[in-house]
Amino acid sequence: MDLKEKLVSSFLAFENRVDVDAYAHNLRSDAIKIFEEKGFPSKKEEAWKYTSLNSILKEDYSVFPKQENALEYSQVKQYFIHDIDSYKIIFIDGKYSSHLSQTTHDGIDVCLMSAALNKPKYQLVIENYFNKAAGKDSLTSLNTAFSCEGAYIHIPKNKIVEKPIQILHFSTGNESATMLQPRNLVVVGENSHVQIIERHQSLTDNPVLTNSVTEIFANKRAIVDYYKIQNDKENASLIDNTFIKQKRESLASVHTFAFGGKLTRNNLNFYQNGERIDSTLKGITIIGNKQHVDHNTLVHHIEPNCESHQDYKGIFADRSTGVFNGKVVVEKEAQKTNAFQANNNILISDKASINTKPQLEIFADDVKCSHGCTIGQLDENAMFYMRSRGIPEKEARALLMFAFSNNVLESVKIPELKQRITKIIANKLGVNIGFDL
Amino acid sequence: MSKYTEDDLREELKTKEYEYGFYTDIESDTFPNGLNEDIVRAISKKKEEPEWMTEWRLEAFRIWKEMEEPEWANVKYKKPDFQAISYYSAPNSKPKYDSLDEVDPELLATFEKLGISLDEQKKLAGVAMDVVVDSVSVATTFKKTLGEKGIIFMSISEAIKEHPELVKKYLGTVVPQKDNFYAALNSAVFSDGSFCYIPKGVKCPMELSTYFRINQAGTGQFERTLVIADEGSYVSYLEGCTAPSRDENQLHAAVVELIALDDAEIKYSTVQNWFPGNAEGKGGVYNFVTKRGLCETNAKISWTQVETGSAVTWKYPSCVLKGDNSVGEFYSIAVTNNYQQADTGTKMIHLGKNTKSTIISKGISAGKSQNSYRGLVQVNSRAENARNFSQCDSLLMGNECGAHTFPYIEAKNQSAKIEHEATTSKIGEDQIFYCNQRGIDTEKAIALIVNGFSKDVLNKLPMEFAVEAQKLLEISLEGSVG
Repeated sequence: MDLKEKLVSSFLAFENRVDVDAYAHNLRSDAIKIFEEKGFPSKKEEAWKYTSLNSILKEDYSVFPKQENALEYSQVKQYFIHDIDSYKIIFIDGKYSSHLSQTTHDGIDVCLMSAALNKPKYQLVIENYFNKAAGKDSLTSLNTAFSCEGAYIHIPKNKIVEKPIQILHFSTGNESATMLQPRNLVVVGENSHVQIIERHQSLTDNPVLTNSVTEIFANKRAIVDYYKIQNDKENASLIDNTFIKQKRESLASVHTFAFGGKLTRNNLNFYQNGERIDSTLKGITIIGNKQHVDHNTLVHHIEPNCESHQDYKGIFADRSTGVFNGKVVVEKEAQKTNAFQANNNILISDKASINTKPQLEIFADDVKCSHGCTIGQLDENAMFYMRSRGIPEKEARALLMFAFSNNVLESVKIPELKQRITKIIANKLGVNIGFDL
Repeated sequence: MSKYTEDDLREELKTKEYEYGFYTDIESDTFPNGLNEDIVRAISKKKEEPEWMTEWRLEAFRIWKEMEEPEWANVKYKKPDFQAISYYSAPNSKPKYDSLDEVDPELLATFEKLGISLDEQKKLAGVAMDVVVDSVSVATTFKKTLGEKGIIFMSISEAIKEHPELVKKYLGTVVPQKDNFYAALNSAVFSDGSFCYIPKGVKCPMELSTYFRINQAGTGQFERTLVIADEGSYVSYLEGCTAPSRDENQLHAAVVELIALDDAEIKYSTVQNWFPGNAEGKGGVYNFVTKRGLCETNAKISWTQVETGSAVTWKYPSCVLKGDNSVGEFYSIAVTNNYQQADTGTKMIHLGKNTKSTIISKGISAGKSQNSYRGLVQVNSRAENARNFSQCDSLLMGNECGAHTFPYIEAKNQSAKIEHEATTSKIGEDQIFYCNQRGIDTEKAIALIVNGFSKDVLNKLPMEFAVEAQKLLEISLEGSVG
């Protein structure tokens, strides 16, 4: 039985078990129909031309976690940004771990999707926002059909959330192969400000497939900063679907730090519904071995006077493959749009490859849109300069590569997070230097 | 003088009708509509082709039958009914003329309207013309001069008869019959086209040129061009197109194959100004063209195109950089107006070491038109030190048109250096202000800016063609040039 059949046939059992109100029930039933019809995307689809899911779909995943697993903080401390105070929403094999988490209802709601879906006091928010930004593609629909758990963050008007929120999904590998489908909802009210750090982490070498959907709503003048850390085990794959709807004068940024896993696909979609919106999409990808990272971005400019900034850097070693497919759509009404897109890549192995497709679709005339994309090597002169001053080759290369990706790091607003990323980069590049610049 | 604004320009663009639209009534012998094996055989027989050629066509036809019309391009149009097209039409009187006096006077008048007076051409420019009116070549000039150098320049049907060994060896090697839907169709039914062979070490002393015209109502034109530059040779080839104004859609599915052997260089320039349809988007030519060149070691192929016509354009002149140190270039201006749709670009396939490619594409969209750039730069794992530079700029006039870019970049070699940049903008108010400030009126300023915008490409055209290119730009964007 292939994975699709397995998922479709276990849907009924799932529905009976979660037993939630009719609102989500209808959405789920519709979604499973879409998935059943479309199935998993194949390379024949233009959006999946360079990424094949075949290698990860053949595992016999257990679709629901059978038992609750517990973890001690000491086991997983290293995956937290632990040197700052923060709210934490922790999941172990898709189940909420109250033991490790630190949630709140004090003025803001930082809690669980399962609670939000079931309790009447959240009903209004759920009806207004849940599944309102998410697309209708097959993987998102699959997630919608099985949506029951994840982070629920609701920040009302005029609140500045003092502490960042960390969302961590651990998989223990207690089963031979696990499939997880977390569903997150983030609603940020007018003038509010929130910072979120998200990480998916597998703790063993057993295969894990995560198909995650996050919906983010940034209302008027809200500021949302979302950081994704993807530095998983070699057998963990992640399909991360993020949908962001922005209202007028809001600022939203998503930083994606993709350092691995077996296959990582980021579908990042921004919809600008209002004027003077600013969207930022940045990413660093450093991978090796046979890893595959695919960034698929969409920025939809619908109204005038908005901006978007995209900057993706990639370093590809060994037999790794990278994909960047960035699409900017500027509608007829969206005059005075400024849209920028840059994608720079370095291949450091003959077996590595990169496919990039920066795409502009423009229907308005008074716009400034540009995209640039490069594939190149490290500057030999700079290498020579450093080596002639006694810096070993490996460190010299690492310094250059760090400098190459530093643009993206500069806009990270949490210093501790920046340090952590820097450490991961140093680790990835196999050097022990701090890059404390 | 009243102020000339972009609105005026837009107004002019709206009302500018196709100037070169006319229709010459020459008796043609035309095949019944439709396509089947018998028609393919009949075309082949009509052209007195050898058996191998007939078989080659039939093979292509069988492949075509199995294929489906591609839909990935960013264009919308009513699909042609392939059974409602007549696949062969040739001017009736078909003698080989020794002098121009013998040529059908009506035909000569056609050329005059197009601005190609044959006698003038003979005396002046040094351009050898292989004039194609509806598929059959009726006049060939300068054959003698070329003959002395050993250059073969003739229609492809003549070449099939006179130089079968060359045609057999190279036809379909760059664009195989099964390459794509329209290439297969063309392979099955191509009526005529040009054949050019430059022997080893010969520099062709003049620009070779062919004019294509679609003339008979309801006849699709299926041209086949094959240019072979033998080792160390050089040729510059010009192709220009105009078509009469006609309401019903005309299909044009040409195939051009270029082969540059070691150290050879081919420069292929196109000015295309087929009937784009009227201001309501009615009529116009469908232009679905497959153009590809193959570069052996140290060879160079350069495509230059000025696209102003056709209702729907679907065209990707490509270079396969097979040999080490080979070079591919693509320079393009695509202008769309009214309801025109263009999906054009190039493919650069880097296979050899130290291969280089340059892509400069300029798109200008006005009216309600859609202009897309679609390109592929592919560096294979064995292509050490491949280098590519791509630049695609779009200029938008009016808020009802669209400009799109779909660049695909695939690198499999770590030594590859690839740069791609694209911009989309309108004529900046600050640019116009700058010019006004210095005493240049708005009309001149727009002209200046559009000219400057397309300069990179216009400069690449051979002298003889630059004038015509200017003329065609004027038709499409009158008021903005000069």
